[in-house]
Amino acid sequence: MQKVLVANRGEIAVRVIRACRELGIASVAVYSAADENALHVQHADEAVCVGPPHARESYLNMEAILTAARQTGVHAVHPGYGFLAENASFAAACRDEGLVWVGPSPEAIEAMGDKARARQLAGRAGAPTIPGTDGTVSPEQATEVAEAIGYPVLIKAAAGGGGRGIRAARDEAELAGLVAQAAAEAEAAFGDSSVYLEKLLVDARHVEVQVLGDAHGNLIHLFERECSLQRRRQKLLEESPSPALDSQTRTAMTDAALRIARAAGYENAGTIEFLLDGDGAFYFIEMNTRIQVEHPVTELVTGVDLVKEQLRVAAGETLSVAQHEVELEGVAIEVRINAEDPERSFMPSPGEITGLSLPGGPGVRVDTAAFAGYHVPPFYDSLVAKLICWGSGRDEALARTQRALEEFVVEGIHTTIPFHLELLADPSVRAGDYHVEFLERRTAASGRIAT
Amino acid sequence: MEPTIKSPLPGTFYRRPDPQSEPYVQEGDTVEPGDVVGLVEIMKTFHEIHSDAAGRIARFLVENSALVDAGQDIIALESD
Repeated sequence: MQKVLVANRGEIAVRVIRACRELGIASVAVYSAADENALHVQHADEAVCVGPPHARESYLNMEAILTAARQTGVHAVHPGYGFLAENASFAAACRDEGLVWVGPSPEAIEAMGDKARARQLAGRAGAPTIPGTDGTVSPEQATEVAEAIGYPVLIKAAAGGGGRGIRAARDEAELAGLVAQAAAEAEAAFGDSSVYLEKLLVDARHVEVQVLGDAHGNLIHLFERECSLQRRRQKLLEESPSPALDSQTRTAMTDAALRIARAAGYENAGTIEFLLDGDGAFYFIEMNTRIQVEHPVTELVTGVDLVKEQLRVAAGETLSVAQHEVELEGVAIEVRINAEDPERSFMPSPGEITGLSLPGGPGVRVDTAAFAGYHVPPFYDSLVAKLICWGSGRDEALARTQRALEEFVVEGIHTTIPFHLELLADPSVRAGDYHVEFLERRTAASGRIAT
Repeated sequence: MEPTIKSPLPGTFYRRPDPQSEPYVQEGDTVEPGDVVGLVEIMKTFHEIHSDAAGRIARFLVENSALVDAGQDIIALESD
């Protein structure tokens, strides 16, 4: 594998190109007309324009990317995250072209991409899934089923989507009326009144396990990442290890992740997401069949270069580390610096970065494709930089993240830096005491978020 | 100079809430302050464009799915 096309843009494209360079692999960047001067284009050995600014005409344009792969004679395609990374047809199209896909097989992408199938697979692998009904329930069955699952329960429309037809029942007294309401709303919205029940996890945390597999039957985990600090399902701060896991739960969770990945016949890098409730019980939610935005957190606490392992495994080599060699050392925290204005409901803030000064010093890593004079385009996601800091303990990691954010200067656009400084000063965040609804509730309480 | 409705953000301008729906407003329609007249797509998020004046829509100054800048005139109004 001597030449890899990177089918992405921004910081992750730069990250992959850097790994290629260090491994002596030539890299080909693809770019849209809006990204002609982008850093990934500058760093790659070759670059091919694949279309106009809109992603569907460029970074999501499979035919244009495959043409670029043919023209440049690459051996493999690395999809990064987002765009085509979890598109099984694109992975299959690459394979049909004789290209190596730097990721899991199209079959694994497809199996884990279907939530119901993934849930069944996890269940068969002996991993806990969120207690609920496998099929729909009649209003008459609901009471008995809810009793078995345990309150509170969520009532969801089987044909659902967009949050419509969802009700939460706290006890038996509420249940019958809410099942009827949810069924009526589902009938009106989807023409199908069937509903199912699922246990409502209150104040749960989002904890995910990184796994890596090769084609030789080796499958390892690289511990967990805590990703509960989210706004509108967008993660804003991640850390490893999770402040909420004791060693017994950690072992149980990583074991479950490995069983799921093994059942899926998984190769390459993947992440298994769990919800962790206040009692230490955890439940599988889904698997992400790609490298993740927050992967550097795991790299800093384990010393394993996940992107290089991806490339190695894709080339048919064995993983460079065995499970017993993976140790979790210290604490790493990542904050996402987005081109958004936290003072104005996180309104997107594209435009020219007129000045940029990056933090440095011990334990500080910045993954970014930004530079002074770079124009953040309005077409893609708002991530401008990831700041990842390592500390020997959580206190040091927090202090270092704060110190690095204070050094971090981005001029010309609004960013989430002030938001993160506030977040790091929050006593609950400092204590590691937060859950997936924490940010929404906090912003609602402060009245800062209008929409 | 005739009054205009401007885009608050840079991005892609759309006249409809989604490709299957009717446009928010047509030429000749009257609008009140606060009425939604279009959408701007920016960084994978959609933002409504509201009229800040009352009047009748004289014409659109940009095409559907055109790129617009922040503060760019989108719609020309005739005041009654």
